[in-house]
Amino acid sequence: MLELRDLTVKIDGHVVLKNVNLNIKQGQVHVIMGPNGAGKSSLALTIMGHPDYKVVSGDILFENESVKQLPAFERARKGLFLAFQTPPEIEGVSLTTMLRHSLKSLNKYPGYKQFMQELDKQAMLVNLSKKLLGKSLNQGFSGGEKKRSELLQLLLLNPKLAILDEIDSGLDVDALKALSNIFRARKQASRSCLIITHYSRILNYVKPDFVHVLINGEIKASGDEHLARKIEEQGFKQFLK
Amino acid sequence: MVDYALISGKGLNENIVRQISKDNEEPEWMLRLRLKALKHFFKTPMPSWGLSLDINFDELTYYVKPTERKAASWDEVPEDIRKTFDALGIPEAERQLFAGTGAQFESQIIYAKLKQKFESLGVIFTDMHTAVREHSSIVKQYFGRLLPFTNNKFAALNTAVWSGGLFIYVPKNVVVDLPIHNYFRINMEGIGQFERTLIILEEGAKLDYIEGCTAPMYSKASLHAGLVEVFVKSNARFHYTTIQNWSRNIYNMSMKRALALNNSVITWVDGNFGSKKLMKYPCIILKGDNSKADLLSASFAKNNQEFDIGAKVYHIGKNTKSRILSKSIVKQSLTNYRGLVSIAKGSVNSRASVVCDSLMLDNDSTSSTYPYIFNNEPSAISTHEARVGKVEEDQVFYLTSRGLTKKEALAMILLGFISPVTKELPLDFALELNKIIRLELSNA
Repeated sequence: MLELRDLTVKIDGHVVLKNVNLNIKQGQVHVIMGPNGAGKSSLALTIMGHPDYKVVSGDILFENESVKQLPAFERARKGLFLAFQTPPEIEGVSLTTMLRHSLKSLNKYPGYKQFMQELDKQAMLVNLSKKLLGKSLNQGFSGGEKKRSELLQLLLLNPKLAILDEIDSGLDVDALKALSNIFRARKQASRSCLIITHYSRILNYVKPDFVHVLINGEIKASGDEHLARKIEEQGFKQFLK
Repeated sequence: MVDYALISGKGLNENIVRQISKDNEEPEWMLRLRLKALKHFFKTPMPSWGLSLDINFDELTYYVKPTERKAASWDEVPEDIRKTFDALGIPEAERQLFAGTGAQFESQIIYAKLKQKFESLGVIFTDMHTAVREHSSIVKQYFGRLLPFTNNKFAALNTAVWSGGLFIYVPKNVVVDLPIHNYFRINMEGIGQFERTLIILEEGAKLDYIEGCTAPMYSKASLHAGLVEVFVKSNARFHYTTIQNWSRNIYNMSMKRALALNNSVITWVDGNFGSKKLMKYPCIILKGDNSKADLLSASFAKNNQEFDIGAKVYHIGKNTKSRILSKSIVKQSLTNYRGLVSIAKGSVNSRASVVCDSLMLDNDSTSSTYPYIFNNEPSAISTHEARVGKVEEDQVFYLTSRGLTKKEALAMILLGFISPVTKELPLDFALELNKIIRLELSNA
C-alpha cells in the first residue's frame, strides 16, 4: 500500500529524515515511536506532501506508484489521509463545510441528505458535540475536541491509508474506546494505518503488525509489539548508540 | 454609434445645471438648491485626506441622457466583464441589462407588479426625478437635510448635478419585505453617475432593501459620486445591503448617511469589489435613545485597486449601540480602514465596538487603519480591535490534504474570513458573492 524507499528529507536545508524504509501492506497497522524531535511529525507531513519538506533522495510509493512529486490534494485523492497533531484554526470554515467539499473532491459525496445523516451518526460515534460541526474549524476547540474532529474526518473520508499523528493525546477513555473500534473496523475493511506516537499507551487500544523506533530521523529498530513494551520499560536511550 | 437624446458639453457650469433641471421638469426649489450647491462646489477644495484623486473636472461630462437605455452595444462591453457574467451564470437577457445595454421590457413588467403591491400599502417607490415632480413636498422636507451639500466637495457636486437614483417612502407601521433587489437587478434606471437616493421610514416601519448587484456594472464615466440619505424614525427597522462592483476604470466617491430615532435599528451590510479608487464611509447618526446600528463590510481589492473605506457612527441618544465590523481582503493593492466613532456627552451608557480585520494575500499590498474614536461620555464604553493577518501556509496545506486544490483551499479560507458579513446577506446574494471571490481568485 505505502512504501518508503531510502527516504531522505530536508527542511530549510536541514536533514530531518535519513534513509527511511517502510513497507505498509494492505490492512496493516504500523506504529512509529520516538522521542520528541525524532522526526515523527516530519515523516507524517512528508508522506502527505507538505511543500516545506523536500525529498532529496529516495521515493514514496503509494499502491506501487511514486507520489513524491504530487501535491497534497492529489495524494488525498489517491487515498492518503493525515490526522494532524495540531490542526490549524480556520475562521468561518466549519467542519461540515470542509467535509462536504472534501468528499466532493474525493468523488465520495453521497448527496446532501445522506451526508448530513452520516455526519451526525459518526459525530456521535466519536462523541463530538453537534454544535462544533458548524463552528469555525478548531477555533476554541479543546485539545480533545480537535482530536475528535480529526477522527470524524477519518471516518467520513475513509481513506485507504491513514496516518495518525499523536491521535491519542487529550482523548478520554470513552474516546479511546471509540478509537479502538475504528482501528478494528479499518482492519476488517483491509484499510491501513500508520500510527505516530510518543507513548505506548495507544497500544492498549490497537494491536500493531509492526513497531518502528525513529530517532534522529532514522529508523533504529523494527519489531512487533514487544518492542513497544521494551521501550515502555527502558525508554528510548537503549537505541541511542 | 449610439443616439443620445441629450449630452451636456464637457465641463461644469450653470447652464448644464439649468439644463438638467429643465430636462427633468423640476420645481423651482430644486433648481435653486442645485445652483447653490454648484457655487459651493467651486469654492470648496478637494478633501485633504484619503486617496489622491487626479480628477480634471473640466474634462468630465456631467449629464448624458440616452434616447433609450442602450448605453452601448453588447460588443463594446469589456471582455473581463463578459467573462464574469458567464461565470456567474446570469442569463443573456439579464446580463445585457446589468451592463446597461438591454431593453427594459422584462423589468417594466416586474416594476408594474411591485408598484401595485406597494401602492396598496401606501408605499412610494419611484425614481428620484419622478419623486421630485410628484411628491415634491415630502422630498423637499428631507432632501439634503442629512447630508447637506456643504458637507464636502463631492456632496456639493452631487447636489448640483444629480440624476437617477431612488425614492422610497414607507408609511407608519408598514412592513415592506418584498424582494426589492430583484427589481434592481434588472432595472438599471436607478443607477447614474451622480445618483441620488432618499429613503424615509416612518415610525414602526420596516424595510429590507438591497441595492446594487454582484455582477460588475459597466460604465463609461470615469467618476461616480452617489449620495444616499436614509431617515429611520422611532421603532422602525431598516436593513440595507449594498454591493458595489463597478468596473475597474472608475473613481468612486460614495456618500451615505442614515439617521436613527428612538428604538430604531439599522443594519448596514456593505460589499466592495469594484472601482479603481474607492472612498466610502457610510455614516449613521444614533440620535434617538436605544437606537442601534450594525455596520458590516466586506471588501476585496486586487490588481492595484485603491480602497479607502470605513464607517462613521455618531452616538447622541442614551443607551445607543453600534458595531462596526470591517473585513478586507487585499491582493497587490491598497485598502485603508478610515472610521470614526463619536460619543457625545449625554449619550449615557452607550456602547461602540469597532473590529477591522485585513487579510493580505501577498507581500506587495498595503493596509492601514485610521480609527478615530472620541468618547465624551464617561458612562459610555468604546472598544477597538484591528488585526492584519496573512493566509497561513498550514491552513492551505490542511485543506489540500483533504483533497481541495490550492485555489479551492484559498477560496474557502477567504470566504470563511468574510463570512461574518456574508451570513447577513440573503442566500442567493451570498452565493453570488462566493462566486465572485472564486472568480477573482481564478482571474488573478
